[in-house]
Amino acid sequence: MPCAPEFSYLDSASAELGRTGGRSGIPSDHTGALPSLAFWHEGFFVAPVPAVQQSNTVQTSQKTLSIEKRMPMTEQATGAHHPQPRPRSGGQHSAPVEHVTGAQSLIRSLEEVGADTVFGIPGGAILPAYDPLMDSTRVRHILVRHEQGAGHAATGYAQATGKVGVCMATSGPGATNLVTPIADAHMDSVPMVAITGQVASKAIGTDAFQEADIVGITMPITKHNFLVTKAEDIPRVIAQAFHIASTGRPGPVLVDIAKDALQARTTFSWPPTMDLPGYRPVTKPHAKQIREAAKLITAAKRPVLYVGGGVLKAQATAELKVLAELTGAPVTTTLMALGAFPDTHPLHLGMPGMHGSVAAVTGLQKADLIVALGARFDDRVTGKLDSFAPYAKIVHADVDPAEIGKNRAADVPIVGDAREVLADLIQAVQKEHTESGPGDYTAWWKDLSRWRETYPLGYDQPADGSLSPQQVIERIGQLAPDGTVFAAGVGQHQMWAAHFIQYEKPATWLNSGGAGTMGYAVPAAMGAKAGVPSKTVWAIDGDGCFQMTNQELTTCALNNIPIKVAIINNGALGMVRQWQTLFYNQRYSNTVLHSGPEADGKQPSAGTRVPDFVKLSEAMGCYAIRCEDPADLDKVIEEANSINDRPVVVDFIVHEDAMVWPMVAAGTSNDEIMAARDVRPDFGDNEDD
Amino acid sequence: MSKHTLSVLVENTPGILARIAALFSRRGFNIDSLAVGVTEHPEISRITIVVNVIEELPLEQVTKQLNKLVNVLKIVELEPGSAVQRELVLVKVRADNETRSQIVEIVQLFRAKTVDVSPEAVTIEATGGSDKLTAMLKMLEPYGIKELVQSGTIAIGRGSRSITDRSLRALDRSA
Repeated sequence: MPCAPEFSYLDSASAELGRTGGRSGIPSDHTGALPSLAFWHEGFFVAPVPAVQQSNTVQTSQKTLSIEKRMPMTEQATGAHHPQPRPRSGGQHSAPVEHVTGAQSLIRSLEEVGADTVFGIPGGAILPAYDPLMDSTRVRHILVRHEQGAGHAATGYAQATGKVGVCMATSGPGATNLVTPIADAHMDSVPMVAITGQVASKAIGTDAFQEADIVGITMPITKHNFLVTKAEDIPRVIAQAFHIASTGRPGPVLVDIAKDALQARTTFSWPPTMDLPGYRPVTKPHAKQIREAAKLITAAKRPVLYVGGGVLKAQATAELKVLAELTGAPVTTTLMALGAFPDTHPLHLGMPGMHGSVAAVTGLQKADLIVALGARFDDRVTGKLDSFAPYAKIVHADVDPAEIGKNRAADVPIVGDAREVLADLIQAVQKEHTESGPGDYTAWWKDLSRWRETYPLGYDQPADGSLSPQQVIERIGQLAPDGTVFAAGVGQHQMWAAHFIQYEKPATWLNSGGAGTMGYAVPAAMGAKAGVPSKTVWAIDGDGCFQMTNQELTTCALNNIPIKVAIINNGALGMVRQWQTLFYNQRYSNTVLHSGPEADGKQPSAGTRVPDFVKLSEAMGCYAIRCEDPADLDKVIEEANSINDRPVVVDFIVHEDAMVWPMVAAGTSNDEIMAARDVRPDFGDNEDD
Repeated sequence: MSKHTLSVLVENTPGILARIAALFSRRGFNIDSLAVGVTEHPEISRITIVVNVIEELPLEQVTKQLNKLVNVLKIVELEPGSAVQRELVLVKVRADNETRSQIVEIVQLFRAKTVDVSPEAVTIEATGGSDKLTAMLKMLEPYGIKELVQSGTIAIGRGSRSITDRSLRALDRSA
C-alpha cells in the first residue's frame, strides 16, 4: 500500500465511539458514564489506531537501541480533524489539477487542510501569498499589530478549538518576531503552523534585505521545520506540516517559503502524497505495561493520578474521570491540565508544584504510587528532583517516549496517546478488580482530606480596604457565563487565576506554562475568541504583561473580537516583587512599574496612572472601566460581562503586597512547602507510612 | 563515562547534520566523533556518532531525542564485539635519511601505507580501530609529527544482516 496517509473526515462521533468502546472494551455501564462523548472525535488526536507491532519498542529497555521508529504512515492517526480534511491515500482519486502560482497553491492548501483562521502581517517576502488570500472565502486572515500577537493568537486559537493554529509573517524581523510564540508553543506542545516568507532562493545566504535564517533559528524550538524553494513542494509540505503539528505530541511546525517559490507557476492538486518515512508516533500502548500499571494501582495504598496537559491534548478527560472514579484515587492536575478534571470533583486535590495546593504537593510527596498521564515531571512540579516523591513507584504514560525517564525514572513506562492509555487502563483495572478486588485507599484519603481541609487555598483581605487581587479574580470566575474561556499572562495573576477560578471543563484555561511568556494573555484570548466566538473569553492579565502585547486590542476592536481583559494592576512586576520580598531583603530593584527610578517600592503608592490603561484602551477602541473599590467589584464585572459588541478592559487597582501562597521556594524540596508566609504545614512525624 | 557507537540512518535532506549536531549541543550530549556519508541508497545517509555518555544523561535519552527528529529513520547501537569499527589517519612525520627507514618499518608493522615522501617528511595513511592508531601514533611521535588529520569513526555490524533494509522498505512505501 502506498504510504500516503489516509486523510479523511471522521464520519461521526458515534462511529468513533463504537470503535473505541469495542476495541478497548469499556463496559457498557461505564460507557454510559462517559460524559459528552460527542467531542471525542474532535481535537488533536484522531482516535484509535490499528494495532502496531510493539516488539521493538524503546520504552522498557535501555539496551534495545534498534529503535526503529514504528508504524508506517498509513497506520497512524493523522491528526487534524473536524473539520480539517485529511488527505486520502494518493492515487485513488484523481484530483483535478489547477494551474496556479505557488502563492495560490499555498492558499488552496490552507483551505484544503481546514485552516479557517490565519493571524499575520504581510511584508515583502510573503507579499505574493497575501494577494490570493484576499480572495479566499474559506480562510479568514486577521491582521494583527505585531507578529508576536499572531503567534500567541494561533496558540490561543489552537487550545480553545483543538485545531491547528496558523500564523503568517514575512521574512527577517517578521519571522524573528514569531520566535517567542513558537518557543512558547513548543514548550506547551501546542499544535501550530507558522508560515514565513523568505527572500528569493537565489538570494538566500547573501545577507539580503530582510533575510534571516528562520529555519536555523527555530530548529530547537519547533517540532519540525521546512524550507520550501520550489512551488511544486508547497501542498505536500503544508499537508506534512499540519500532520506533524497535530499528531503524536503536538507542537509548532514552521514552513519558510522563498519568495520565488510563491511567484512561480505550478499546478495544484489535493491531496498531495506525504513523504515522512521517519515520522511514526506511537499511540497504542503496550498491553503488558498496561497490565503492570493496573496491578500497581490496585495494590497501592497511597496512589495519586498526576495529570498533565497531554490528557487535554488527547481529549481524554472523559476517560480520566472514569478511571478516577473507578479506582477512587486522588487526582492532581498540573497548570497545563487545569480543566482536565473538574476542580469541584471530590477526588481532585488541586494543582501540584511550586504554587500548588498543600494537599496536591504533599499527596505527591507521600504517595507510594504516582500515575503520570501526559505529564513531564517539570521542575516547577517536582521541586528539588532528588527529594521528589521519595516513596513513590512511577507509572509514566506519555505519547513522547523521550519524556519517559527524562527527569524521573519510570517503573512502568507506557508510550501511547493518553486517551488510548486511559481507555486500556480502565479495562485492565476492572479486570484487576474482578480478580483481586479494588484498592483500599481509606487511610490515604483520611490524610489527604485532613491536608485539604486544614490548608485550603485562601487569601487575606488587605487591611487598608483596597482591592484584593485574589478576590477580583475569584469573582470574575464566579460571575462569568458558563463555558467561559480564561487566558492568563505570567506571574502572580496567573497563579491566582489557576487557584481561584474553578475549571470544570477542558479548553477553558489557556496559559503559558512551560515558557512562562509574559504578554501571552491578550493575544491568546484574541485567538481563542476568534476560534470560538460564541464563548465569553476573559484575559486575566497583569499590568506588566499587559504592557507587552496590549496592541492586539486594536486588532480585536477592528475585527469584531470582543474579548474581556482584567488588568490586575498592582503597579509592579508582582511575582518578581514577591521574590524580592522573600529572598532579596525587600530591595525592589526595577519591579515598580508606575514610577520612575526614584521609587524604592516600599512606600504604598496609588501610582502615577502612567500609562492610564483606561485611556489607552479607549484609544484602541475598547470599552474601559477602572475599579478601585471592593464595593464596586461585582457591578463592574457584570457591566463587563454585559458588553459584547467590543472589547472590554477593566483596570483593577489592587493591593501591591498580595502574595501567592502556597509556595515551594525554587531549588528546595517539596517537603518544604509553605502554606503561607512563615507557615509550614504540620504533617506530623508518623504520617510517612 | 562510557562510549557508544550509534549508526543513525537519516533522510538525505539539507540541514539534517545541523539538526543532529544542534540537538547534541542543546541537550548537553558529548560527541566524540562523527562521520557522515551516503549509503548504497542515495536517499539515505548514514551518520556514525561516537557519543560519550555520562550518568545523568544516559544513552537512552540521546537515542530517544534523536528519534524525535523527523528526518531520522533509524538508530542502531553497534556493540564493539559484533561490529567492525574503523578510523582513517593521515599523518605527516618528520623524516630524514637517518630516520626514514625506521619510520617505514613502523608503517609496515602497523600495516599502514606511505603515501607521500619528501626529503624532510613522510606522509602515512593508516586505518584501523582507535587503539591501533593510537599505538602507531605513539611510535611515530618521537620522530616529530608535523601534521595530523583523523576521520570520524565509521562502523558496520558483522554478519549478513543489514540495518538499511527495513528503513528502505519504509522509504519505498512512501515513494
